[in-house]
Amino acid sequence: MKDRTKDTLLSILASIVCIVIGLAVGLIILYCINAENALDGFSRIIKGGFYLAPKGIGSEIFQAAPLIMTGLSVAFAFKTGLFNIGAAGQYTVGVFGALYFAIILHLPWYACLLAAAVCGAVWGSVPGIFKAYFNVNEVITSIMFNWIGLYLVNELLYRGFGGAMYDSNTTRTYKLGSVSPQSVIPDLGLNSLFKTKSTTIAIFIAIIIAILMYIILNKTAFGYELKACGFNQDAAKYTGINSKKNVVLSMTISGALAGIGAGLYYLSGGAEWNPQVSTALPAIGFNGIPVALLAMSNPVGVIFAALFVAHISVGGAYLPTKFFQPEIADIVVAVIIYLCAFVALFKGIVLQRLGKKKKGKEKGGK
Amino acid sequence: MVLLVKFTLLYATVMMLVALGGMFSERSGVINIALEGIMAIGGLAGVFVLSLCGGSMPAPVLVIVSILASMAAGVLYSLLLAFSAITLKADQTIGGTALNMLATAIAIVIVKAFNNSSAAGNGAASAKLSYNNSAFIYRVGPFTVNIFLILGIIILIISSVFLFRTKWGLRLRACGEHPQAADSVGVNVYQWRYIGVMISGALGGLGGFAYIVPSVTTWNFEVGVAGAGFLALAVMIFGQWKPYRIAGAAVFFAVFRSLANIADSTALAGLGWSSNIYNMMPFIASMIILAFTSKNSHAPKAEGIPYDKGAR
Repeated sequence: MKDRTKDTLLSILASIVCIVIGLAVGLIILYCINAENALDGFSRIIKGGFYLAPKGIGSEIFQAAPLIMTGLSVAFAFKTGLFNIGAAGQYTVGVFGALYFAIILHLPWYACLLAAAVCGAVWGSVPGIFKAYFNVNEVITSIMFNWIGLYLVNELLYRGFGGAMYDSNTTRTYKLGSVSPQSVIPDLGLNSLFKTKSTTIAIFIAIIIAILMYIILNKTAFGYELKACGFNQDAAKYTGINSKKNVVLSMTISGALAGIGAGLYYLSGGAEWNPQVSTALPAIGFNGIPVALLAMSNPVGVIFAALFVAHISVGGAYLPTKFFQPEIADIVVAVIIYLCAFVALFKGIVLQRLGKKKKGKEKGGK
Repeated sequence: MVLLVKFTLLYATVMMLVALGGMFSERSGVINIALEGIMAIGGLAGVFVLSLCGGSMPAPVLVIVSILASMAAGVLYSLLLAFSAITLKADQTIGGTALNMLATAIAIVIVKAFNNSSAAGNGAASAKLSYNNSAFIYRVGPFTVNIFLILGIIILIISSVFLFRTKWGLRLRACGEHPQAADSVGVNVYQWRYIGVMISGALGGLGGFAYIVPSVTTWNFEVGVAGAGFLALAVMIFGQWKPYRIAGAAVFFAVFRSLANIADSTALAGLGWSSNIYNMMPFIASMIILAFTSKNSHAPKAEGIPYDKGAR
């Protein structure tokens, strides 16, 4: 077996081990809270959207699309040696871009999506600039700009433009379906297929972008340069790569990806922003981190990881609230990321074992 | 004006406690992004004790027990970070991020499950806990002083003396600056890093409790501690990892945070700025200051790098 395929297989195996342990923790928690219904609850989490097919599958797809994008955002930054904890903030600013172009300017959905991408890119570029030119760690800047972005967007959506985007009847931004139907991403019959209101072609857009990112990172000189900066900045500099420019560029692209995620979610016609209650950063932005980690930062892996995370959280929502709390699904996801931090260790042990076995076989004369 | 001073002291105490916690962790060489989560867990434990034992204990005992509970919970939770970051040498930022997400989820599930069981399984319980905070607040003239302010000042002085005037403080700092050198003279780097993280857990847990209890009598755990832990990280950097500077930075941040709270009810309302704008200000200020000071930052040199005894 080639070393590379072995490594990929091992990565997948490591992710599966993390998932299994995470689910086991979830099962234990279910047992602690209510032992009688624990198995039923667990099966609902495992079944996810399939518990209430086809509607559940539809909402799973609806949630997976933005998760793929925020996952890609974090994964892309990881590949270039940066930790973009700011995907949540870039996502939030992307929400503003998408909604402004939709509610105020009434532009078609692809223009709104582009606006979301640009807004996310601007917000992502700031930590990049701080990192490249002021030597401030991108994690700190991203965290700060998450909150700045959140308050800014809340302010703009609530009171900006004379309050034109805020519907005081629903205490949210206006529903796109009634204010600007051309800004809703087309569903091509998916909504009637899944009997939902917000399953659109967003998922296909996300998958196409994921594949595009894979190609850029692995098959182009540009992607190679970005990755080189991530592996070893000094070596990259020595070979004539402008590492400062690349840091800014990586963060910009990463931000754009998160912004598109916001566009895909809020232009699907099933979600509105509540600027008065949104005092916490959107979970989809943060869940990009577990998605990227589960996928080992592989853009194609991100697709499956995002589907999995969406699956679990939709499953959590189907838990009977009489006995259980939907947040149990969040615990499962959080435990999985915590475990992901050990993956390098796990891979090391397995590789060592495999190495020993191989040696043993060779001694045996095969 | 009285209101401004009141809120400023309230927030400054919290920010300072948590930032001091972060300082101990980072001085020992471990980046503690998980402060936000530690605060939530500490707050949860303290509030739980308070709301369960509210009527059954004399006030001073209740104060001591609930404060100790919040600190103990913070220490326990921080051990998860210490285990992954020090023993398993995993990425400290990722581990911390996971713990932040985990903390909010745990807090919500526990409180909801508790409310659900006390409501005889009527389902759809909220994540709110109510409590009586009168034991924590003393009246001094026109001001109300809460116990955390007094505790905070004591802890500030102890922290500074410990860090710069004792051999233990020197050892802790050595592990964050140059762990190999520390190890070579017989300092147990792993042990001191554990101690650093655990101190940060204790102070973070206390800070979470101090954030929740004095100002309101009902807390909704769905918001965790609403970014206060991240703000404390900014305070720590702003204070350049030095106790008294951290205290100053905490006051600076707290003033803005308080302005956000009272903006609507005072003369400031004339400006027409909403609380969102005041909420943004400390973050923007810290970014500007970071941009200018990062070239000669006093960050511990070895922070974020797992210590590997075998590596050179």
